[in-house]
Amino acid sequence: MPEGSIKDGIGASVRRKEDKRFLTGSGRYTADITRPGQLHVHFIRSVHAHANIKAIRKDAAEAAEGVVAIFTGEDVAADGIGGPICGWVVTNRDGSPTNEPPHPILANGAVRYVGDHVVAVIAETLEQAMDAAELVEIEYEVLAPVVDLANAGSGPQIHENVPGNMYFDFELGDEAAATAALESAATVVELEVRNNRLIPNAMEPRAALAEYDPIDDSYTLFTTSQNPHLTRLVIGAFMLSIPESKLRVVAPDVGGGFGSKIYVYPEEAVCTWASKKLQRPVKWTADRSESFLADAHGRDHINKVRMALDKDNRITGLRVDTVANIGSYLSAFSVVTPTILHAPLLSGCYQIPAIYTNVKGMATTTAPVDAYRGAGRPEATYLLERVMDTAARQVGMDPAAFRRMNFIPKDAFPYQTPVALQYDIGDYEPPLDKALEMIDYKGFEARRAEAASRGKYRGIGLSSYIEACGIAPSAVAGALGARVGLYESATVRVDPTGTVNVFTGTHSHGQGHDTTFAQIVADKLGVDIGSVEIIHGDSDRIPFGMGSYGSRSLAVGGAAIAKAVDKVIEKSKIIAAHLMEAADADVVFADGKFTVAGTDNEKGFGEIALAAYVPHNYPHDRLEPGLEETAFYDPLNFTYPSGTHIAEVEIDPSTGVVELVDWACCDDFGNLINPMIVEGQVHGGIAQGVGQALLENAHYDETGQLITASYMDYCMPRADDLPNFKVDYTVTACTHNDLGVKGCGEAGAIASPPALINAVIDALAPLGVTDMSMPATPEKVWRAINDAQTEAAE
Amino acid sequence: MHHTTYVRAGSTDDAVARMADGGQLLAGGMTLIPTMKQRLASPETLVDLAGCGLAGIEDEGDSIRIGAMTRHADVAGSDLVQTAVPALAALAGGIGDRQVRNRGTIGGSVANNDPSACYPAAVLGLGGTVHTNKRDIAADDFFTGMFETALDEDEMITAVSFPKTGKAAYVKFPNPASRYAMVGVFVASGADGTRLAVTGAGSDGVFRHADMEAALDASFSADSLDGIAVDADEMISDIHASGDYRAHLVREIAKRAVAAC
Repeated sequence: MPEGSIKDGIGASVRRKEDKRFLTGSGRYTADITRPGQLHVHFIRSVHAHANIKAIRKDAAEAAEGVVAIFTGEDVAADGIGGPICGWVVTNRDGSPTNEPPHPILANGAVRYVGDHVVAVIAETLEQAMDAAELVEIEYEVLAPVVDLANAGSGPQIHENVPGNMYFDFELGDEAAATAALESAATVVELEVRNNRLIPNAMEPRAALAEYDPIDDSYTLFTTSQNPHLTRLVIGAFMLSIPESKLRVVAPDVGGGFGSKIYVYPEEAVCTWASKKLQRPVKWTADRSESFLADAHGRDHINKVRMALDKDNRITGLRVDTVANIGSYLSAFSVVTPTILHAPLLSGCYQIPAIYTNVKGMATTTAPVDAYRGAGRPEATYLLERVMDTAARQVGMDPAAFRRMNFIPKDAFPYQTPVALQYDIGDYEPPLDKALEMIDYKGFEARRAEAASRGKYRGIGLSSYIEACGIAPSAVAGALGARVGLYESATVRVDPTGTVNVFTGTHSHGQGHDTTFAQIVADKLGVDIGSVEIIHGDSDRIPFGMGSYGSRSLAVGGAAIAKAVDKVIEKSKIIAAHLMEAADADVVFADGKFTVAGTDNEKGFGEIALAAYVPHNYPHDRLEPGLEETAFYDPLNFTYPSGTHIAEVEIDPSTGVVELVDWACCDDFGNLINPMIVEGQVHGGIAQGVGQALLENAHYDETGQLITASYMDYCMPRADDLPNFKVDYTVTACTHNDLGVKGCGEAGAIASPPALINAVIDALAPLGVTDMSMPATPEKVWRAINDAQTEAAE
Repeated sequence: MHHTTYVRAGSTDDAVARMADGGQLLAGGMTLIPTMKQRLASPETLVDLAGCGLAGIEDEGDSIRIGAMTRHADVAGSDLVQTAVPALAALAGGIGDRQVRNRGTIGGSVANNDPSACYPAAVLGLGGTVHTNKRDIAADDFFTGMFETALDEDEMITAVSFPKTGKAAYVKFPNPASRYAMVGVFVASGADGTRLAVTGAGSDGVFRHADMEAALDASFSADSLDGIAVDADEMISDIHASGDYRAHLVREIAKRAVAAC
């Protein structure tokens, strides 16, 4: 790890600058903002999973106290308002495009999930809007729902232009090669897994406040977004036909997103549209029930896996057939998540000569499904790391040894996988070795025996993952169907007194950018971290950026900042050379000082900044005054964090309760800027992975009602569900960004579920248990034990 | 929340009179307020009982008497309860979270008779007595079904009495999501023999298990519950636990409760 040149520079665990406001309740969130004369909108949502709207009677509600307007899908259609677009589509196996159905911002003619937004009731107060909503009568013709993913294709058709309820039928890899490998295999390992459906549960519910300015015909939208410019682009250009220059989108403090706040949702568009129609600000804040019903959900795959091994137990081929639940409408990244962000990850950290995968994206009458922390990569990692353990068990090998012998060797990089990606760098054995040591793998059998003496089943499970993040090289993304570029932007504005403002196109909603980015700048410029301010989240202030998701903020946004700082330094050197009457090439910049080699001449960074803005003695023939530089950085490749996570569990056979007793992980995120923040990201990611593996499950009943629509029934991980995590790192620096960083935001959530489920299966394996689905609830585990014991008795 | 009018009753008689006028009694509000916020309940008048003088714990010789408005935290922290019925203090200390324990009351919990609530198991398991403005009701007569009690329309709980019982324990298997009892067993061994009450599991709410009580009367040990049948058909079955898993847990948690006595 590079040593920073100053105390709070790169590599230092600086305390988070933003925590002072967060921990004292001084954050400023969308719901905290009040505009003069603002109205409140309450959305009437569908109570049916699938129905035609026969009539909406709103007369009584319109007459209710405080009601200003009631809008329906007909009003939206009359104004020619478009719906949220899908930001990334794929080409089907047969060459045809993704089927993209319309997604009106208020349902028009039909509803397609419980929670679908049907009527917007706008009143002086929220209570008045909610009271009036009870007076609106909606007459539905109830249709059969489509809930069961495995049989979604044979259900009633949900969209006119989505035959067989299939949005897309994607493939990647060489089917003939994979088939040949399976046919000639010494061992074929088969596994079917379900990646359970999750609900994001950001701490702050979604919210929007839109204000229209009739004087210059412009709008300001405050919204809970991970990417304000993308929101501006989509709402402006595709939905409401507002010139981008007339729409300002501000995402102030945002309380978590995990992907769910990437997308443009109908509610914020309704607020924006209504703010002009009514000439008053319109505000909406979701309640928690709306978050459960109408935030985009995550995961929800069925994966059928077949792996081929040769006689030496080396992997020779892999075939994965996936059915992905996309839900009722195509959300922004709903198509790319189970395809481009999933299929290319199927090689994992292993040498697999032949891979083929088919992914069918299905429409169901459930909430839209989209990217959720990890987005496609957790699903790929889960099935792969589960089948790795299944294979090791089948051929009688230690799972660590089986992984090790199939790892891509460290001298094979750059490594071209058979599924499109080229890994630039990696070394998978050191993190495996370190994690094994941290958890005392060798001592496990003794711990298992000791647990058995207490009547407990103890198990250990590994997951050696790789992910592709730092999303993404625009040209690659474009070739694969992206409708946007995925570079990042930064402007570094130095003030005359040498303080620094950094305007980044990324967005911080918990990640600690205020601190991490300031460390980069402080380190490079040799200034105090306290003199560096990070500005994000306001389309009127920041350069056009793509926001934060896919662990891209540091690897792409941070790299853009570094480039802009480099430009500042280059310009400063010319100014310094002029002031010190030296040749440019003789000026050296280090520790915040410009010096001339071989002399005792020096100029501080602050002096150069002042000279740039008070250019009395200045190289006007060569430079413009001022010290402000912008950089746009488009990465050459994805980054590839990797590592090994190991879980250890104890199971109480009398209740089926799984206790997570130990966790060790060793990740390779490349260089670390702030190890404390990185560790926090690892902890949070593991917590979400533990949630998926043991606790969380979005459950729709057969009629399409969301049963887990509150914390009474949707089980979030709590601190007492988790052990202390042992966290460590190895470093292979990313080869294609100046910082050598890879990103760490999603790794924990990607790596952890299979480690945990593998540990549960390992604990029960002596009974003959070979499978366990997520979440491994007490009842499921108890039943598996009972079934195994019954089978053994027979 | 719909519009509602809040009034603070000055006495039990005042509260009962306002209830006769259609008022909805408000104790700790731990169930009622969230239900109102979700617009699932919309009482025109809320009658707050906080000013009725119903909070407090008294030593009555062979029993303790806990006022209806006594908060869970106060029961959990009471020296008297900890000495006289330690299992009851422990139960109160395990209800909900700290915020709930500082608002929720014993009277509110018992009157609501939520099938997953902890207190009904203690009242039934200890053979307590529910005191109202009109009469005293034995625990065995009080809980009449899920969210149903023997309380009349014009009747409110003023206190609950428990016989002093040292040999008793409550063990809860929490629902992982809500942390309410998925199965909770209160077992007590007193002068009149063993009482064993189960909450969280029964489709009619809290219930006693006669076969287990008989087995424990014969031999008060966890092992004596082995093989005793619990009828899965009488259990709640939902996404968290099927009826047969709950039935299994009832016996398992009962054994743990006996072992903890």
